[in-house]
Amino acid sequence: MKKKHHFHLKNQHIFVIFTIVCISLLAATFSSDISVQPLKDGAGYIVVPFEKGINTIGKWINDFGNNFKDVRELAKENTRLHDEVELLKEQNVQLAQGQKELERLEKLYQIDEDYNQYEKVLAQIIAKEPGNWYSTFTINKGRKDGIQENMNVLAAGGLVGLVTETGPSWATVRTIIDDSSNVSAMTLADSNTCIVSGSLELIDSGKMKFSQLRDDKGSVTAGENIVTSHISDKYLEGILIGTISSIKRDANNLTSTGYLVPAVDFRNLQEVLVITTLKEQAKENDNEK
Amino acid sequence: MRNKCILFLTAVVCFFLQSTLLQKIAIGSISANLLVIFVVSVGLMRGSRTAMFTGFFIGLLNDLCFGPVVGLYAFLYMVIGYLSGYSCKIYYDNNLKVPAVLVTLNDLLYNIGIFAFTFLLRGRVHFLFFLKRIIIPELIYTVFLTIITYKIFYFINYHFMEQKRKEGNTNWLLR
Repeated sequence: MKKKHHFHLKNQHIFVIFTIVCISLLAATFSSDISVQPLKDGAGYIVVPFEKGINTIGKWINDFGNNFKDVRELAKENTRLHDEVELLKEQNVQLAQGQKELERLEKLYQIDEDYNQYEKVLAQIIAKEPGNWYSTFTINKGRKDGIQENMNVLAAGGLVGLVTETGPSWATVRTIIDDSSNVSAMTLADSNTCIVSGSLELIDSGKMKFSQLRDDKGSVTAGENIVTSHISDKYLEGILIGTISSIKRDANNLTSTGYLVPAVDFRNLQEVLVITTLKEQAKENDNEK
Repeated sequence: MRNKCILFLTAVVCFFLQSTLLQKIAIGSISANLLVIFVVSVGLMRGSRTAMFTGFFIGLLNDLCFGPVVGLYAFLYMVIGYLSGYSCKIYYDNNLKVPAVLVTLNDLLYNIGIFAFTFLLRGRVHFLFFLKRIIIPELIYTVFLTIITYKIFYFINYHFMEQKRKEGNTNWLLR
Protein backbone atom coordinates (compact mmCIF):
# COMPACT_ATOMS: atom_id res chain seq x y z
CA MET A 1 0.00 0.00 0.00
CA LYS A 2 1.37 3.40 -1.01
CA LYS A 3 1.39 6.16 1.51
CA LYS A 4 -0.09 9.37 0.21
CA HIS A 5 1.52 11.65 2.76
CA HIS A 6 5.01 11.68 4.10
CA PHE A 7 4.03 12.50 7.61
CA HIS A 8 1.53 10.17 9.21
CA LEU A 9 -0.50 11.07 12.25
CA LYS A 10 -1.39 8.26 14.58
CA ASN A 11 -4.96 7.93 15.79
CA GLN A 12 -3.85 8.75 19.29
CA HIS A 13 -2.41 12.04 18.12
CA ILE A 14 -5.62 12.98 16.36
CA PHE A 15 -7.51 12.09 19.53
CA VAL A 16 -5.35 14.46 21.54
CA ILE A 17 -5.71 17.22 18.94
CA PHE A 18 -9.48 16.91 18.92
CA THR A 19 -9.58 16.92 22.72
CA ILE A 20 -7.62 20.15 22.76
CA VAL A 21 -9.93 21.66 20.13
CA CYS A 22 -12.97 20.70 22.19
CA ILE A 23 -11.54 22.11 25.39
CA SER A 24 -10.60 25.36 23.70
CA LEU A 25 -14.08 25.58 22.21
CA LEU A 26 -15.50 25.12 25.69
CA ALA A 27 -13.19 27.80 27.01
CA ALA A 28 -14.22 30.08 24.15
CA THR A 29 -17.89 29.65 25.05
CA PHE A 30 -17.31 30.54 28.65
CA SER A 31 -15.12 33.55 28.00
CA SER A 32 -17.27 36.47 26.97
CA ASP A 33 -14.67 37.95 24.63
CA ILE A 34 -14.98 35.39 21.89
CA SER A 35 -18.46 34.90 20.47
CA VAL A 36 -19.52 31.62 18.85
CA GLN A 37 -22.77 33.23 17.68
CA PRO A 38 -21.67 33.52 14.00
CA LEU A 39 -20.87 29.80 13.97
CA LYS A 40 -24.22 28.97 15.50
CA ASP A 41 -25.98 31.22 13.01
CA GLY A 42 -24.21 29.46 10.17
CA ALA A 43 -25.16 26.01 11.40
CA GLY A 44 -28.74 27.10 11.97
CA TYR A 45 -29.03 28.52 8.45
CA ILE A 46 -28.32 25.07 7.05
CA VAL A 47 -30.11 22.95 9.61
CA VAL A 48 -33.39 24.74 10.28
CA PRO A 49 -35.00 24.49 6.79
CA PHE A 50 -34.43 20.74 6.83
CA GLU A 51 -35.86 20.38 10.30
CA LYS A 52 -38.94 22.27 9.21
CA GLY A 53 -39.33 19.89 6.28
CA ILE A 54 -38.79 16.69 8.21
CA ASN A 55 -41.14 17.92 10.88
CA THR A 56 -43.96 18.18 8.36
CA ILE A 57 -43.23 14.61 7.30
CA GLY A 58 -43.34 13.52 10.94
CA LYS A 59 -46.68 15.23 11.38
CA TRP A 60 -47.98 13.60 8.25
CA ILE A 61 -46.95 10.16 9.51
CA ASN A 62 -48.68 10.92 12.79
CA ASP A 63 -51.89 11.85 11.01
CA PHE A 64 -51.61 8.80 8.82
CA GLY A 65 -51.34 6.53 11.85
CA ASN A 66 -54.28 8.22 13.49
CA ASN A 67 -56.49 7.48 10.49
CA PHE A 68 -56.18 3.80 11.28
CA LYS A 69 -57.93 4.14 14.58
CA ASP A 70 -60.50 1.50 15.03
CA VAL A 71 -63.95 2.52 13.81
CA ARG A 72 -65.54 0.93 16.83
CA GLU A 73 -63.33 2.94 19.05
CA LEU A 74 -64.49 6.06 17.29
CA ALA A 75 -68.15 5.08 17.67
CA LYS A 76 -67.61 4.49 21.36
CA GLU A 77 -65.91 7.80 21.59
CA ASN A 78 -68.82 9.42 19.80
CA THR A 79 -71.36 8.26 22.38
CA ARG A 80 -69.03 9.31 25.14
CA LEU A 81 -68.68 12.73 23.58
CA HIS A 82 -72.45 13.08 23.26
CA ASP A 83 -72.76 12.49 26.97
CA GLU A 84 -70.04 14.99 27.51
CA VAL A 85 -71.81 17.59 25.39
CA GLU A 86 -74.90 17.29 27.59
CA LEU A 87 -72.78 17.69 30.64
CA LEU A 88 -71.01 20.67 29.16
CA LYS A 89 -74.29 22.36 28.23
CA GLU A 90 -75.31 22.17 31.83
CA GLN A 91 -71.97 23.44 32.96
CA ASN A 92 -72.20 26.25 30.44
CA VAL A 93 -75.27 27.64 32.18
CA GLN A 94 -73.44 27.54 35.46
CA LEU A 95 -70.49 29.26 33.89
CA ALA A 96 -72.67 32.05 32.55
CA GLN A 97 -73.68 32.70 36.13
CA GLY A 98 -70.08 32.55 37.17
CA GLN A 99 -69.25 35.08 34.51
CA LYS A 100 -70.70 37.96 36.47
CA GLU A 101 -68.79 36.93 39.50
CA LEU A 102 -65.72 36.72 37.35
CA GLU A 103 -66.18 40.25 36.05
CA ARG A 104 -66.17 41.48 39.60
CA LEU A 105 -63.08 39.49 40.42
CA GLU A 106 -61.34 40.62 37.26
CA LYS A 107 -60.87 44.05 38.72
CA LEU A 108 -58.85 42.44 41.44
CA TYR A 109 -56.78 40.66 38.86
CA GLN A 110 -55.42 43.81 37.28
CA ILE A 111 -52.09 42.07 37.18
CA ASP A 112 -53.69 39.50 34.94
CA GLU A 113 -54.69 42.15 32.41
CA ASP A 114 -51.13 43.20 32.10
CA TYR A 115 -50.25 40.36 29.86
CA ASN A 116 -53.23 40.83 27.61
CA GLN A 117 -51.58 44.05 26.54
CA TYR A 118 -48.27 42.67 25.40
CA GLU A 119 -47.69 42.09 21.72
CA LYS A 120 -47.33 38.40 20.97
CA VAL A 121 -46.01 36.36 18.08
CA LEU A 122 -47.33 32.87 17.34
CA ALA A 123 -44.60 30.32 16.70
CA GLN A 124 -44.50 26.60 16.00
CA ILE A 125 -42.17 24.14 17.66
CA ILE A 126 -40.06 22.55 14.95
CA ALA A 127 -37.41 20.58 16.84
CA LYS A 128 -36.62 19.36 20.30
CA GLU A 129 -33.27 18.95 21.95
CA PRO A 130 -31.90 15.61 20.68
CA GLY A 131 -30.92 14.11 24.04
CA ASN A 132 -33.05 13.36 27.04
CA TRP A 133 -31.32 15.57 29.57
CA TYR A 134 -32.63 19.00 28.69
CA SER A 135 -36.05 20.45 27.98
CA THR A 136 -35.33 22.93 25.25
CA PHE A 137 -36.91 23.29 21.85
CA THR A 138 -36.57 25.29 18.65
CA ILE A 139 -39.32 27.49 17.25
CA ASN A 140 -39.78 28.68 13.69
CA LYS A 141 -39.57 32.40 14.39
CA GLY A 142 -36.35 34.34 14.85
CA ARG A 143 -34.70 37.71 14.69
CA LYS A 144 -36.49 38.54 11.42
CA ASP A 145 -39.80 38.24 13.22
CA GLY A 146 -38.59 40.52 15.97
CA ILE A 147 -37.66 37.82 18.45
CA GLN A 148 -34.80 38.58 20.79
CA GLU A 149 -33.07 36.76 23.57
CA ASN A 150 -34.76 36.76 26.98
CA MET A 151 -38.23 37.15 25.53
CA ASN A 152 -40.93 35.31 27.46
CA VAL A 153 -42.75 32.38 25.90
CA LEU A 154 -46.33 31.49 26.76
CA ALA A 155 -48.75 28.72 25.90
CA ALA A 156 -52.35 28.19 26.92
CA GLY A 157 -52.21 31.04 29.38
CA GLY A 158 -49.15 30.06 31.35
CA LEU A 159 -45.44 30.59 31.24
CA VAL A 160 -43.47 28.13 29.10
CA GLY A 161 -39.97 29.54 29.22
CA LEU A 162 -37.45 31.95 27.89
CA VAL A 163 -35.82 32.49 24.52
CA THR A 164 -32.16 31.68 25.08
CA GLU A 165 -30.74 31.89 21.60
CA THR A 166 -31.90 33.47 18.39
CA GLY A 167 -31.06 32.95 14.74
CA PRO A 168 -32.39 34.78 11.70
CA SER A 169 -35.41 32.50 11.37
CA TRP A 170 -35.40 30.33 14.46
CA ALA A 171 -34.98 30.61 18.20
CA THR A 172 -34.20 28.23 21.02
CA VAL A 173 -36.50 28.22 24.01
CA ARG A 174 -35.55 26.84 27.41
CA THR A 175 -38.64 25.70 29.29
CA ILE A 176 -39.12 26.45 32.96
CA ILE A 177 -39.18 22.72 33.73
CA ASP A 178 -35.63 22.41 32.42
CA ASP A 179 -33.23 21.35 35.14
CA SER A 180 -31.12 24.48 34.76
CA SER A 181 -34.04 26.91 34.87
CA ASN A 182 -34.78 29.18 37.82
CA VAL A 183 -37.61 31.71 37.85
CA SER A 184 -38.12 34.45 40.35
CA ALA A 185 -41.77 34.22 41.29
CA MET A 186 -44.35 35.39 43.80
CA THR A 187 -47.74 34.39 45.13
CA LEU A 188 -50.61 36.20 43.47
CA ALA A 189 -52.44 37.19 46.64
CA ASP A 190 -49.72 38.54 48.90
CA SER A 191 -46.77 39.01 46.54
CA ASN A 192 -44.56 36.81 48.69
CA THR A 193 -41.50 36.16 46.55
CA CYS A 194 -39.97 32.76 45.94
CA ILE A 195 -37.75 30.90 43.48
CA VAL A 196 -39.32 28.34 41.14
CA SER A 197 -36.81 25.89 39.75
CA GLY A 198 -37.24 23.11 37.24
CA SER A 199 -35.99 19.67 38.16
CA LEU A 200 -35.47 16.61 36.04
CA GLU A 201 -36.34 14.46 39.04
CA LEU A 202 -39.83 15.96 39.17
CA ILE A 203 -40.65 16.06 35.45
CA ASP A 204 -42.42 12.70 35.59
CA SER A 205 -44.73 13.76 38.37
CA GLY A 206 -45.50 16.91 36.38
CA LYS A 207 -44.39 19.17 39.17
CA MET A 208 -41.86 21.87 39.87
CA LYS A 209 -40.16 22.92 43.04
CA PHE A 210 -40.29 26.30 44.70
CA SER A 211 -38.12 27.47 47.54
CA GLN A 212 -37.28 30.48 49.67
CA LEU A 213 -40.89 31.59 49.90
CA ARG A 214 -41.01 34.43 52.44
CA ASP A 215 -44.21 33.83 54.27
CA ASP A 216 -44.17 35.55 57.66
CA LYS A 217 -47.87 35.26 58.31
CA GLY A 218 -48.12 31.65 57.21
CA SER A 219 -51.01 32.58 54.95
CA VAL A 220 -49.87 30.79 51.82
CA THR A 221 -51.67 27.47 51.32
CA ALA A 222 -51.98 24.83 48.63
CA GLY A 223 -54.07 26.01 45.70
CA GLU A 224 -52.51 29.46 45.63
CA ASN A 225 -51.40 30.69 42.21
CA ILE A 226 -47.77 31.48 41.58
CA VAL A 227 -46.90 34.18 39.05
CA THR A 228 -43.61 35.69 37.88
CA SER A 229 -42.42 38.39 40.20
CA HIS A 230 -41.56 42.06 39.82
CA ILE A 231 -38.01 41.36 40.92
CA SER A 232 -37.03 39.19 37.95
CA ASP A 233 -35.03 40.99 35.29
CA LYS A 234 -36.05 38.67 32.47
CA TYR A 235 -39.57 37.47 33.14
CA LEU A 236 -42.40 39.97 32.78
CA GLU A 237 -44.44 40.51 35.90
CA GLY A 238 -47.58 38.58 36.64
CA ILE A 239 -47.44 35.67 34.21
CA LEU A 240 -49.04 32.56 35.66
CA ILE A 241 -46.55 29.78 36.36
CA GLY A 242 -48.70 27.31 38.23
CA THR A 243 -50.58 26.34 41.35
CA ILE A 244 -49.11 25.27 44.65
CA SER A 245 -49.80 21.60 45.33
CA SER A 246 -48.00 21.22 48.61
CA ILE A 247 -46.07 23.50 50.92
CA LYS A 248 -43.83 22.94 53.89
CA ARG A 249 -42.21 25.36 56.28
CA ASP A 250 -38.41 25.27 56.36
CA ALA A 251 -36.47 24.50 59.50
CA ASN A 252 -35.54 28.18 59.84
CA ASN A 253 -39.24 29.03 60.34
CA LEU A 254 -38.91 32.02 57.99
CA THR A 255 -39.22 30.56 54.54
CA SER A 256 -41.19 27.74 52.95
CA THR A 257 -40.53 25.23 50.22
CA GLY A 258 -42.92 23.07 48.28
CA TYR A 259 -44.15 21.86 44.95
CA LEU A 260 -46.32 23.44 42.31
CA VAL A 261 -48.14 22.16 39.26
CA PRO A 262 -47.29 24.23 36.16
CA ALA A 263 -50.21 25.78 34.29
CA VAL A 264 -48.92 24.59 30.92
CA ASP A 265 -49.05 21.01 29.67
CA PHE A 266 -45.44 20.62 28.57
CA ARG A 267 -45.86 17.18 27.04
CA ASN A 268 -48.23 18.28 24.29
CA LEU A 269 -46.80 21.61 23.25
CA GLN A 270 -47.05 22.43 19.56
CA GLU A 271 -47.59 26.15 19.31
CA VAL A 272 -46.35 28.83 21.62
CA LEU A 273 -46.77 32.57 21.95
CA VAL A 274 -43.68 34.73 22.26
CA ILE A 275 -44.14 38.09 23.96
CA THR A 276 -42.13 40.57 21.93
CA THR A 277 -41.84 42.99 24.82
CA LEU A 278 -38.72 42.63 26.89
CA LYS A 279 -38.80 43.27 30.59
CA GLU A 280 -36.58 46.33 30.21
CA GLN A 281 -38.87 47.85 27.60
CA ALA A 282 -41.89 47.15 29.74
CA LYS A 283 -40.30 49.08 32.58
CA GLU A 284 -39.50 52.04 30.32
CA ASN A 285 -43.07 52.17 29.06
CA ASP A 286 -44.34 52.27 32.61
CA ASN A 287 -42.04 55.17 33.41
CA GLU A 288 -43.28 57.15 30.43
CA LYS A 289 -46.84 56.77 31.58
CA MET B 1 -13.76 11.68 -1.53
CA ARG B 2 -16.94 9.83 -2.39
CA ASN B 3 -16.73 8.00 0.93
CA LYS B 4 -16.48 11.29 2.78
CA CYS B 5 -19.49 12.75 0.98
CA ILE B 6 -21.65 9.72 1.77
CA LEU B 7 -20.49 9.68 5.37
CA PHE B 8 -21.24 13.39 5.65
CA LEU B 9 -24.71 13.00 4.13
CA THR B 10 -25.59 10.07 6.35
CA ALA B 11 -24.40 11.97 9.41
CA VAL B 12 -26.50 15.00 8.54
CA VAL B 13 -29.58 12.91 7.81
CA CYS B 14 -29.14 11.08 11.13
CA PHE B 15 -28.86 14.39 12.91
CA PHE B 16 -32.07 15.73 11.36
CA LEU B 17 -33.94 12.53 12.12
CA GLN B 18 -32.67 12.60 15.68
CA SER B 19 -33.89 16.12 16.36
CA THR B 20 -37.27 15.72 14.70
CA LEU B 21 -38.67 12.30 13.92
CA LEU B 22 -37.11 10.40 16.80
CA GLN B 23 -38.40 13.00 19.24
CA LYS B 24 -41.88 12.34 17.88
CA ILE B 25 -41.69 8.60 18.45
CA ALA B 26 -40.16 8.98 21.90
CA ILE B 27 -41.53 6.51 24.46
CA GLY B 28 -42.29 8.09 27.79
CA SER B 29 -40.44 11.23 26.67
CA ILE B 30 -37.28 9.19 26.27
CA SER B 31 -35.88 9.10 22.77
CA ALA B 32 -33.34 6.66 21.40
CA ASN B 33 -29.94 7.98 20.46
CA LEU B 34 -29.43 7.40 16.76
CA LEU B 35 -26.26 9.48 16.73
CA VAL B 36 -24.48 7.12 19.13
CA ILE B 37 -25.54 4.18 17.00
CA PHE B 38 -24.19 5.89 13.90
CA VAL B 39 -20.84 6.82 15.40
CA VAL B 40 -20.40 3.32 16.85
CA SER B 41 -21.32 1.74 13.51
CA VAL B 42 -18.78 3.90 11.71
CA GLY B 43 -16.20 2.98 14.33
CA LEU B 44 -16.89 -0.72 13.93
CA MET B 45 -16.94 -0.70 10.14
CA ARG B 46 -14.39 1.93 9.26
CA GLY B 47 -12.04 2.34 12.19
CA SER B 48 -11.04 4.83 14.82
CA ARG B 49 -9.95 7.68 12.63
CA THR B 50 -13.07 8.00 10.49
CA ALA B 51 -15.27 7.50 13.53
CA MET B 52 -13.41 10.20 15.40
CA PHE B 53 -13.98 12.73 12.63
CA THR B 54 -17.62 11.69 12.28
CA GLY B 55 -18.21 11.89 16.01
CA PHE B 56 -16.56 15.28 16.23
CA PHE B 57 -18.63 16.61 13.34
CA ILE B 58 -21.95 15.29 14.70
CA GLY B 59 -21.16 16.50 18.20
CA LEU B 60 -20.23 19.94 16.92
CA LEU B 61 -23.46 20.15 14.94
CA ASN B 62 -25.36 19.19 18.06
CA ASP B 63 -23.47 21.78 20.09
CA LEU B 64 -24.06 24.56 17.62
CA CYS B 65 -27.74 23.89 17.27
CA PHE B 66 -28.79 22.89 20.75
CA GLY B 67 -25.94 22.68 23.19
CA PRO B 68 -25.67 24.87 26.24
CA VAL B 69 -21.93 25.12 25.55
CA VAL B 70 -19.91 24.45 22.42
CA GLY B 71 -17.47 21.57 22.57
CA LEU B 72 -18.99 19.19 25.12
CA TYR B 73 -20.99 16.99 22.77
CA ALA B 74 -18.22 17.20 20.18
CA PHE B 75 -15.85 15.80 22.79
CA LEU B 76 -18.20 13.04 23.94
CA TYR B 77 -19.06 11.82 20.45
CA MET B 78 -15.41 12.02 19.46
CA VAL B 79 -14.44 9.81 22.42
CA ILE B 80 -17.18 7.35 21.47
CA GLY B 81 -15.84 7.20 17.94
CA TYR B 82 -12.29 6.73 19.14
CA LEU B 83 -13.14 3.94 21.55
CA SER B 84 -15.52 2.06 19.29
CA GLY B 85 -12.93 2.28 16.53
CA TYR B 86 -10.76 -0.18 18.43
CA SER B 87 -13.36 -2.85 17.82
CA CYS B 88 -12.75 -2.54 14.09
CA LYS B 89 -9.53 -4.48 14.41
CA ILE B 90 -10.92 -7.05 16.82
CA TYR B 91 -14.40 -7.99 15.62
CA TYR B 92 -16.15 -8.83 12.39
CA ASP B 93 -18.81 -6.32 11.55
CA ASN B 94 -21.40 -8.67 10.05
CA ASN B 95 -22.79 -9.89 13.34
CA LEU B 96 -25.51 -7.88 15.05
CA LYS B 97 -24.39 -8.80 18.56
CA VAL B 98 -21.17 -6.84 18.36
CA PRO B 99 -22.71 -3.44 17.54
CA ALA B 100 -25.48 -4.07 20.09
CA VAL B 101 -22.94 -4.60 22.88
CA LEU B 102 -20.81 -1.70 21.70
CA VAL B 103 -23.79 0.64 21.53
CA THR B 104 -24.77 -0.37 25.06
CA LEU B 105 -21.33 0.42 26.42
CA ASN B 106 -20.91 3.63 24.48
CA ASP B 107 -24.38 4.97 25.19
CA LEU B 108 -23.75 4.30 28.86
CA LEU B 109 -20.46 6.13 28.64
CA TYR B 110 -22.07 9.01 26.75
CA ASN B 111 -24.85 9.47 29.27
CA ILE B 112 -22.55 9.17 32.25
CA GLY B 113 -20.37 11.77 30.55
CA ILE B 114 -23.28 14.18 30.17
CA PHE B 115 -24.36 13.52 33.74
CA ALA B 116 -20.87 14.12 35.07
CA PHE B 117 -20.16 17.26 33.10
CA THR B 118 -23.48 19.07 33.20
CA PHE B 119 -25.44 17.71 36.14
CA LEU B 120 -22.92 16.57 38.71
CA LEU B 121 -21.06 19.86 38.41
CA ARG B 122 -24.26 21.70 39.32
CA GLY B 123 -24.74 19.59 42.43
CA ARG B 124 -27.35 17.14 41.12
CA VAL B 125 -25.99 14.07 42.84
CA HIS B 126 -28.84 11.57 42.59
CA PHE B 127 -27.09 9.39 40.08
CA LEU B 128 -29.33 6.39 40.72
CA PHE B 129 -32.42 8.41 39.91
CA PHE B 130 -30.99 9.59 36.62
CA LEU B 131 -29.80 6.07 35.90
CA LYS B 132 -33.31 4.75 36.34
CA ARG B 133 -35.19 7.63 34.76
CA ILE B 134 -33.02 8.37 31.71
CA ILE B 135 -29.97 6.24 31.19
CA ILE B 136 -31.45 2.73 31.38
CA PRO B 137 -34.59 3.46 29.30
CA GLU B 138 -32.52 5.27 26.70
CA LEU B 139 -30.10 2.33 26.66
CA ILE B 140 -32.84 -0.22 26.03
CA TYR B 141 -34.54 1.87 23.39
CA THR B 142 -31.25 2.62 21.69
CA VAL B 143 -30.17 -1.01 21.58
CA PHE B 144 -33.55 -1.86 20.13
CA LEU B 145 -33.06 0.79 17.47
CA THR B 146 -29.59 -0.56 16.76
CA ILE B 147 -31.08 -3.82 15.60
CA ILE B 148 -33.03 -1.95 12.93
CA THR B 149 -30.60 0.74 11.91
CA TYR B 150 -27.33 -1.15 11.97
CA LYS B 151 -28.37 -3.15 8.93
CA ILE B 152 -29.06 0.09 7.09
CA PHE B 153 -25.67 1.50 8.00
CA TYR B 154 -24.08 -1.81 7.06
CA PHE B 155 -25.82 -1.72 3.72
CA ILE B 156 -24.70 1.85 3.08
CA ASN B 157 -21.15 0.96 4.00
CA TYR B 158 -20.86 -2.04 1.69
CA HIS B 159 -22.94 -0.82 -1.24
CA PHE B 160 -22.18 2.85 -1.58
CA MET B 161 -18.71 3.25 -0.13
CA GLU B 162 -15.40 2.03 -1.40
CA GLN B 163 -13.89 -0.63 0.79
CA LYS B 164 -10.55 -0.20 2.31
CA ARG B 165 -9.24 -3.44 3.56
CA LYS B 166 -10.31 -3.72 7.12
CA GLU B 167 -7.62 -2.59 9.50
CA GLY B 168 -7.65 -6.05 11.01
CA ASN B 169 -6.33 -7.48 7.77
CA THR B 170 -3.81 -4.80 6.89
CA ASN B 171 -2.47 -5.08 10.37
CA TRP B 172 -0.97 -8.44 9.59
CA LEU B 173 0.15 -7.56 6.10
CA LEU B 174 1.95 -4.31 6.86
CA ARG B 175 3.67 -4.96 10.12
